Amino acid sequence: MAEMMEGGGGHDKKGKKKGKKGAPRVDMTPMVDLGFLLITFFMLTTTMSKPQAMELNMPDKTNEPVKDQLVKASQTLTVILGKNDKLYYHMGTIKDVEEGQYPVEQSDFSSQGIRKVILQKKAELGVDDKGIPKLIVVIKAMDEAKYRAMVDILDEMHITEAKRYAIVQIIPEDVAFIEKHFPGSTI
Amino acid sequence: MPKVKVKRKGVALDMTAMCDVAFLLLTFFILTTRFKPNEALAVDTPSSVSEIKLPDSDIMIISVGKDGRIFFGIDGQPNRINMLQRVADDRKIQFSDKEKYEFSLMDNFGVPLASLKQFLSTPGEKRAKINQPGIPADSLNNELRTWVFHSRYANPKIRIAIKGDRGADYKVIKDVINTLQDLNINRFNLVTGMEAKPQISSL
Repeated sequence: MAEMMEGGGGHDKKGKKKGKKGAPRVDMTPMVDLGFLLITFFMLTTTMSKPQAMELNMPDKTNEPVKDQLVKASQTLTVILGKNDKLYYHMGTIKDVEEGQYPVEQSDFSSQGIRKVILQKKAELGVDDKGIPKLIVVIKAMDEAKYRAMVDILDEMHITEAKRYAIVQIIPEDVAFIEKHFPGSTI
Repeated sequence: MPKVKVKRKGVALDMTAMCDVAFLLLTFFILTTRFKPNEALAVDTPSSVSEIKLPDSDIMIISVGKDGRIFFGIDGQPNRINMLQRVADDRKIQFSDKEKYEFSLMDNFGVPLASLKQFLSTPGEKRAKINQPGIPADSLNNELRTWVFHSRYANPKIRIAIKGDRGADYKVIKDVINTLQDLNINRFNLVTGMEAKPQISSL
């Protein structure tokens, strides 16, 4: 198929005369075919979507905890990630809840779930003099919680722009507390 | 006026422009392509709205599988050899040059140090079939800590990413994070997939 066609065609006699003809025309069709074949191959094998990354900063463990960084219990929202993608939250400390000051409730990761709660609390508490929301979210995950739940809740922090949040180690008291209020949820 | 009869001939299309385009695209795809690495551990990452891209170079990836196995990998062959040498000196293990070379070819691995030598001496095809048990990261024998520690010496610019499966138990992730925090690493990345940021209606 690869044929060479002379410029004008038909004008040259016995092929001797070298006139001022254009460059010989090459049939490009097979080359184009090959080009597109290779393009298809590379398009299909390539991994275009680069994975995203989420930055996570943890507090320094080695330093002594700063004493005057105590936060107001009324500004903290504790979110506990439990088994089977369950999620529990309460304001204040466990003690406040036991005294009946705040309720402890169950929620989920939908847009009507914890997101609504965080947005509501954020709006209720307002911002401090630097314009940062006063709300502090404390995230505790049980050992049985899935990694996805952790990423989801961190994601909610980004979505709701709750600037202050921390991942805190869960203690047995928290698990017992959840078990007391939601029997059977931690077994 | 009489109609001029045009004799239809096969139209010779000038393919040059098309060819140019085809090869331009081809060059683009060849240069941007990055083949999917042959992964020993399948990790299905959760998705997030985060828009930070994971860097390609100077990166350490700690993968956590659905079953809780921990795999470890850094980029760059010289870095891998350097890291292995440091770990070997630390743990008093001898590795031959061939084993070091084999090690440098692996994107990630999940075998305890005790069986690493044997693992490296297994030929390639057989090795791919071995079910790697994962790197121990518990407090009694924290080999992950050793690897992370020495990889940071091998490449001081290294950044750390945790690539967890969405179904992995948080307990394992917690162990990994604790290991990093023990080494005074408090800033790291979580590898996630992409997700559209939802609109929040103001309350």
